[in-house]
Amino acid sequence: MAFSPICKTGLGTKHRNEIMNEKLSNTRKVEVPTMAQMVAKGEQPEVLFWVGCAGAFDDRYKAVTQAFVKILTHIGIKYAVLGHEESCTGDPAKRAGNEFLFQMQAMTNIEVLNGYNIKKIVTACPHCFNTLKNEYPELGGNYEVIHHSTFLQQLINDGRIKFSGKGDFKGKKITYHDSCYLGRGNNIYEAPRQVLEFLDAELVEMKRCKSRGLCCGAGGAQMFKEAEPGNKEVNIERIEEALETNSNVIASACPFCMTMLSDGVKAKEKEDVVKVKDLAELIAEDQGL
Amino acid sequence: MIFIPFSTVVITLTFTRLNVNMAVKQVSFIVIILIASGIFTFTISRLVGFFKLTKPAYRITDISRRIKILLSVAFGQTKILRRPVVGIMHALVYWGFMVITVGTVEMIIDGVLDTERVLSDTGFFYTLITASGDILAVMIIGSCLVFLFRRHFIKVKRFNGIEMTKGSTIDATIALLMILLLMVSLIGTNVGYLAQNPNGYAGMFPMSTLLVAFVAPKDLDSLYLFTEVNWWAHVMLVFIFANALPYSKHFHVFMSMPNVFLTRLEPLTKLSNMTSVTNEVKAMMNPETAFAPQTEGIPGPSRFGVKDAEDVTWKNYLDSLTCTECGRCTSVCPANITGKKLSPRKIFVDLRKRMSEKGPGLIKEGIGFSDSKSLLGDYISAEELWACTTCNACAMECPVNIDHPSLIIDMRRYLVLEESAAPADLNNMFANIENNGAPWPFPQSARLDWAQSIEMKS
Repeated sequence: MAFSPICKTGLGTKHRNEIMNEKLSNTRKVEVPTMAQMVAKGEQPEVLFWVGCAGAFDDRYKAVTQAFVKILTHIGIKYAVLGHEESCTGDPAKRAGNEFLFQMQAMTNIEVLNGYNIKKIVTACPHCFNTLKNEYPELGGNYEVIHHSTFLQQLINDGRIKFSGKGDFKGKKITYHDSCYLGRGNNIYEAPRQVLEFLDAELVEMKRCKSRGLCCGAGGAQMFKEAEPGNKEVNIERIEEALETNSNVIASACPFCMTMLSDGVKAKEKEDVVKVKDLAELIAEDQGL
Repeated sequence: MIFIPFSTVVITLTFTRLNVNMAVKQVSFIVIILIASGIFTFTISRLVGFFKLTKPAYRITDISRRIKILLSVAFGQTKILRRPVVGIMHALVYWGFMVITVGTVEMIIDGVLDTERVLSDTGFFYTLITASGDILAVMIIGSCLVFLFRRHFIKVKRFNGIEMTKGSTIDATIALLMILLLMVSLIGTNVGYLAQNPNGYAGMFPMSTLLVAFVAPKDLDSLYLFTEVNWWAHVMLVFIFANALPYSKHFHVFMSMPNVFLTRLEPLTKLSNMTSVTNEVKAMMNPETAFAPQTEGIPGPSRFGVKDAEDVTWKNYLDSLTCTECGRCTSVCPANITGKKLSPRKIFVDLRKRMSEKGPGLIKEGIGFSDSKSLLGDYISAEELWACTTCNACAMECPVNIDHPSLIIDMRRYLVLEESAAPADLNNMFANIENNGAPWPFPQSARLDWAQSIEMKS
């Protein structure tokens, strides 16, 4: 598993150095600016990227976070993250009935956000998105909050992301799994689909989609507990429906959906046939980032 | 109450046979309408009493938006039409009822004033109302027959479930039969009217016209009797139906429109922020007030979250009265689909039952009243509540805009804030958030680890 492709080729030192040099010259390290650094320089970002706990800690979703900052860097958007100053929005606590903990989190976060005079937030998590957008204002946190699916769609519409075809999705089938907190919750059905259509792939819908979309099973703090006794796991029910579409990719736009769908694919042993990917990853792939 | 129509039929028969002065008919009609209104007033005042026990939810603002929602969801039937086939049949019944209600008002005026078809001078309006009412009445009969068939001979999954007792099916059947009889007697009245006035009549009755030759008795006495019986049967059924509805799941006939108008206008996934908690958190976070003695005179909430009928908001209770147990919510619930105990419909069926059970005691003996039972525990189990994914498929699907997740979360709030009775996994999650600001046990200092080595092709 740990063979580097360079060793595998069995090339001589000369060739190897050439390849290394090429690699070095073609890639660059992405610096992720924090709010603290920006303010120290006397600057203000265009948008704050709210990473979220899953984006920061979940091994699978870290790749989505990275793909998204690559896109931001590639386009040259002036953004920043809170880094160590970010804390859980309180969404899972609130949905689990712990209003006290939720409001403690909310007020702490609002203090930080207002301290930095944040006006606009983008996040790749529909749960953070919903909480920041809908539940923070009453507690004193008023921001323009955008989910990354809408953000990406806007970048595409403004021509700031141009189709490259590098990811080569042509002829491939992609099905999109609606996140409840985007779709039913906040009426965002079209933005993610427009992002996928941009990739020139064939967008196929599951039987239950858009406002009728079936939950992945993780919302309402279910992500953090065992399911109640029943005769099936919700994500299995959902993945069976997704597999029926014979898609090459199941696209999602939510860290919890990502986990549930990936687990479902694994349980069905279909990892070779279908990949679960986030919108940001698909765009980054197309852009060759 | 079921004896009323029979006795009136008998009374009517007697009146006609003896050809008693019409004033007697008028007087008896007025007496009956007073009795019906009396019973209805009692029922409504009982419900008003229950509403007085509930908690505030939100203020009713943005009337223009509410009217739009009412026009689309109620008049336009947009949500019931999410299932087009059965939806259109319901829509016909609904639209039919809207039109026929005008005719009912006319009948009541006729009964009180001893007039005949008092609105018949309204010209085109009358033609429109009578013609559409006549056609829709037949369509309603068709729809009701299909509904009865569906309920009794086709196994529709959502008509079953633990909350769907034998009583619920009987309730549904009675309501459908009543509507059926209402329409049959309406058509009968129309047929009689047409047959009695062969040389000219007000309004237009496309369906009844076709039936006159087959249905109407030929001799004048029998025709008069036929018309009177149908007229009285229809009016009496209206009174019975109106008085039975509030005790039936079919109360949605009255409650849907108010419930839709009073819809919570916020995004479905937005949960309320508990102000009682906000006050405490603010006090805690402000060092000046954190250790100050509690302000006198401002009582805290009697309880965090919902444990019993008196803890719910007026909207929750309105939702429970509006629910007609169609089960669309439960049929799309991911938890229910996968065999978990949760059925969103049951939450509201239970609340309604519980309010009827405990409400009278609370009204009589005050808020301290206890019958050593509670909604949460004796009706709804924690297992049901914890199975919810807050996906809002239930609320999205509900044809009358019932908000299920808000009440479910309010009951979770009681479990967590009052009883510390969250599942162990969730308690771990709470502890993680408290200690490291994330639902998982990773330190805050690791929040930027993902950013350490990102390389991209330039």
